[in-house]
Amino acid sequence: MSLSVHIKRKLGSFILHVDLEYEGGILGILGASGCGKSMTLKSIAGIEKPDEGRIVLNGRVLFDSEKKINLRPQERNVGYLFQNYALFPNMTAEKNILCGLCREKDRAARQRKLEDVIGAMKISEFREKYPHQLSGGQQQRVALARMLAGEPELLLLDEPFSALDAYLRELLQTQVRQILQKFGKDVVLVSHNRDEVYYLCGDVSVMDGGRILKTAGTKKLFADPGSRAAAVLTGCKNIADAQKAGEYEADVPEWGIRLRTAQPVRDDLCAVGLRAHYFNPKSRENLFPVVYSAKREEPFEVRILFHYTGQQEGTPDLWWRIPKDRSPQQMPEKLGIAPQNVLLLYPED
Amino acid sequence: MDWYPLWNSVRIAAVSCVIVFFAGIAAAYYVAKLPRVLKGLLDVIFTLPMVLPPTVCGYFLLILLGPKRPLGMFLAQYGIRFAMTWYGGIAASAVVAFPLMYRTARGAFESFDLSLAYAGQTLGLSNTYIFWRIRMPACRQGILAGLVLAFARALGEYGATSMLIGYVPGRTATISTTVYQLWRTNDEAGAFQWVMVNLAISAVILLTVNLLESKNGKAGGT
Repeated sequence: MSLSVHIKRKLGSFILHVDLEYEGGILGILGASGCGKSMTLKSIAGIEKPDEGRIVLNGRVLFDSEKKINLRPQERNVGYLFQNYALFPNMTAEKNILCGLCREKDRAARQRKLEDVIGAMKISEFREKYPHQLSGGQQQRVALARMLAGEPELLLLDEPFSALDAYLRELLQTQVRQILQKFGKDVVLVSHNRDEVYYLCGDVSVMDGGRILKTAGTKKLFADPGSRAAAVLTGCKNIADAQKAGEYEADVPEWGIRLRTAQPVRDDLCAVGLRAHYFNPKSRENLFPVVYSAKREEPFEVRILFHYTGQQEGTPDLWWRIPKDRSPQQMPEKLGIAPQNVLLLYPED
Repeated sequence: MDWYPLWNSVRIAAVSCVIVFFAGIAAAYYVAKLPRVLKGLLDVIFTLPMVLPPTVCGYFLLILLGPKRPLGMFLAQYGIRFAMTWYGGIAASAVVAFPLMYRTARGAFESFDLSLAYAGQTLGLSNTYIFWRIRMPACRQGILAGLVLAFARALGEYGATSMLIGYVPGRTATISTTVYQLWRTNDEAGAFQWVMVNLAISAVILLTVNLLESKNGKAGGT
């Protein structure tokens, strides 16, 4: 499987400019709301028309502005799961799924496929029910079944869990992961939730202001986001401007410290990021005296706000997060961070 | 009692309602897709008959379709005369009832969740199927309301109808023109009879609609 998306779209002052090459598996597009990630998905599905560019799926040209090719969504064979699931309210769960089988003209085959997918997705209990009679999780299953029934080449999932409350969300993420593994489809998932993307996706693209900043393996990208926007999106809480001070050293004037790094520092370093979980009073390196300003208790974690003793006036405090059971009785005078946990952030292109 | 006005009113209202149903829905569907300026302009034109006095609509219809006007003379060659014929009443009622259908359908279409249509497209459903089997059922209540309003308006139409087709007993007489004519000629009892007929019809229509809606509600359609 291969997907190649190179498109431009101008909407007022917002410019979507996506360049994406993707080999297969589950790709997550991580971005804040309004960054253009949904529009990217809609362009692939053929619901939105880009101003210019080219979209190729498995060698099949779906869109090419130069050759004036623009396949209708019906011809693209791409499944789309909407944020609100978009189940047809006037049809039962079963009828909804049959809509996904409308390409299958043979009646017996259609009925067989219907039974298959209803069995595989465990829908038989509520197949005769209307969407408004179903719970959020059941609706999602019906929508997934409807989409999978047509055997699309590619699945597009648009914020699939954002309509659910936190408990159900985690439960369904596990289920969806199993379903996606079972059907072995290629997937592009769009989300603003980093946990969701980290759990479900093999690769991640980080998107900001209509552009894809970086695409990499999920673990690699979270370990080295590479740019300020990507660091924020992957959940890095402490970011400050920085300059190169030596091959393995960076100056952070805001915090009044010089950090040792594990990676060689490039000349164009613009900022560093320190993840709130990685501070360690027992660290041997990057150990600096700190002053605590506030503590916020959560069910299982403690968030501690602090600043370095040499920190500039008026700059925001840093976050330190620590599980409750490891929370120290006596607050340490110094906090350190391992050099490999100093995220080096560079300008976006 | 001569029942001709009842039969005439009902057939005029029914036929104009069918026309208005399709024309109103088509107009609502396509106007919504137009660029803003054109949309605003067409919206004004389509809604105008609702705010104009019906006699003014009748005046315009006479100017357009009158026997001495180009279009009227052209149609007369084929034996079609809208002035002083029963089916001229269809033109009058349709024009006056059209905005009611158009506006309610537009409101319903605008509140339609477009992701349903998009989902249908990605599943491979044809646009025609999506329109009739997904969009229309989802907008059913608004469209039904528009249809009832249009039918009631067409049935009660007086101003444009009397301008265009006048009152000829047994030929162009409708309930509302008959009521006026009988009252004018001091036949109060006759006018009262037709008033009661009109009340009965309106009550039946409204009851039917209420029944339909509660039935649909139970089937879980919405």
